[in-house]
Amino acid sequence: MTALATEERPLNLVPDAPIMRATNVTKKYGLITGCKDVSFDLFPGEVLGIVGESGSGKSTLLNCISGHLNPTSGTVEFATKKRGLTDMFGLSEADRRRVQREELGFVHQNPRDGLRMRVSAGANVAEPLMNLGNRHYGNMREDTITWLNRVELDIARIDDNPRNFSGGMQQRIQIARNLVHGPRLVFMDEPTGGLDVSVQARLLDLLRHLVRRSQLAVIVVTHDLAVARLLADRLMVMKNGYVVETGLTDQVLDDPQHAYTQLLVSAVLQI
Amino acid sequence: MTQAQTQSANAGPGLADYNFAYLDEQTKRMIRRAILKAVAIPGYQVPFGSREMPVPYGWGTGGIQITASLIGPNDVFKCIDQGADDTTNAVSIRRFFAKVGGVSTTEHTGDASIIQSRHRIPEKPLVEGQILVFQVPQPEPLRNLEARETETRAMHAYEEYGLQYVKLYENISNFGRIAATAGYPVMVDDRYVMSPSPIPKFDNPKLHNSPALHLFGAGREKRIYAVPPFTKVESLGFEDYPFEVQSWDEVCGLCGAKHSYMDEVVLDDDNNRMFVCSDSDYCAERRAQGHVGPHAGHELSEIADDVSNETQEVMA
Repeated sequence: MTALATEERPLNLVPDAPIMRATNVTKKYGLITGCKDVSFDLFPGEVLGIVGESGSGKSTLLNCISGHLNPTSGTVEFATKKRGLTDMFGLSEADRRRVQREELGFVHQNPRDGLRMRVSAGANVAEPLMNLGNRHYGNMREDTITWLNRVELDIARIDDNPRNFSGGMQQRIQIARNLVHGPRLVFMDEPTGGLDVSVQARLLDLLRHLVRRSQLAVIVVTHDLAVARLLADRLMVMKNGYVVETGLTDQVLDDPQHAYTQLLVSAVLQI
Repeated sequence: MTQAQTQSANAGPGLADYNFAYLDEQTKRMIRRAILKAVAIPGYQVPFGSREMPVPYGWGTGGIQITASLIGPNDVFKCIDQGADDTTNAVSIRRFFAKVGGVSTTEHTGDASIIQSRHRIPEKPLVEGQILVFQVPQPEPLRNLEARETETRAMHAYEEYGLQYVKLYENISNFGRIAATAGYPVMVDDRYVMSPSPIPKFDNPKLHNSPALHLFGAGREKRIYAVPPFTKVESLGFEDYPFEVQSWDEVCGLCGAKHSYMDEVVLDDDNNRMFVCSDSDYCAERRAQGHVGPHAGHELSEIADDVSNETQEVMA
């Protein structure tokens, strides 16, 4: 098996230097507030969960901090390899796109948004490598096979079209596509939404495994507290665009302080 | 046709000169400005205000507009379709310019100053001063993979061409080699990835450092782009699967040419076939020089000769 970019990456970052810092991020759609005064530091290898009901501003926040949506006020800084901690929206569009392409990943809730449905699964996984300038077919093919193995997909189906895969498989292709180029921070928007429970469990297991072995920082948005408990080190609870509570995952879930968090935790169905 | 246009067709003095060759002067100025910009930025797609032409989109309106805004009374015009001078589209566009501009026309690549083409670059090497005008159906090489125009423009602006290789990757994984043949993407002047219109990849190397000016017009998509003379044009490929052109084991049945682009012609129901040069002028010229192929004297060659004589007469 070839060494992958994620494994080769030297971890020469100072451990207490954040990989991402958001300061008072606010996004308004006219009079409507998307998210308001959100601040956090994220460190390499850390998984931050953002939980809250629908309409609480989770996705708006995710779009802002991933560089897709310019916040109305506040700053989003990302520690790029070249420049160190840099304001994402202070970069030129070309540089921002380069950072997004080379150092970030974005797993969409619906795999159709994150995959090219008209090209094969293999080409979907290899595309980020080509975007990085890789021009050797054989090497890319090998990396693709390695990653399809890691996400437990049948290698014989490497050249099938994504639409011929099940929803859970599509999501795994999308995950492989977003990890193959060795990003340093991956955003996940409800990565297990719309999947049945058993597929969800395996996918979560897989994600946890991949995240732990590659020292990747992850920001995962979910409305599912079980997902948050399994994946996240730290949690931010959002309501009406505000962060109402933040802390270590077990601390927030086992001893919720804010009334809304208490409601959220008690609302989980027990079997 | 109105009286004014008939007059202009004769290129007489006075007002008749004003609208030479179909397009009005303001339109020609606009198209020439787009052409100048395209020549200044090799491979960059310049938007222009494409006009209604007397033929439908897809029949070469982009090429006709470029030709109409460049052609002058002293030009010699040649038009080819699928490499041949005697196909319907080539004949009607050639007649069109003979009628509205009164320009002289030719079938000989060497004699022409402006050549309009869709599928081929003539076999005979072009020389300095010649202009090759392409009719382009889809100017955007990334379009099949990325439907958003805003996104493809950004990709060109920031030189994000990884996506272009996805297509070639798919080819190799499906066929074991880069099977794409027509409209094979090229990198122009180390900057812009460009679709060279649907010419076979056999013709791609002819664009590299060519002494002629190559202009590409897409009427429906409203884009003009160019490869100026002596510009570096490189066909894309992978390190382990480099770009290569097609080759044939057979020689041209009529003229015996070994290294031209061949069309396969089925002769009967008994699996007999022959290969002939797709460039009819090149083939005729070789035959006139005395080259013979294995099917020399076949009735098809007579048909080809008859047609070209006939066209010459009509033109005259």
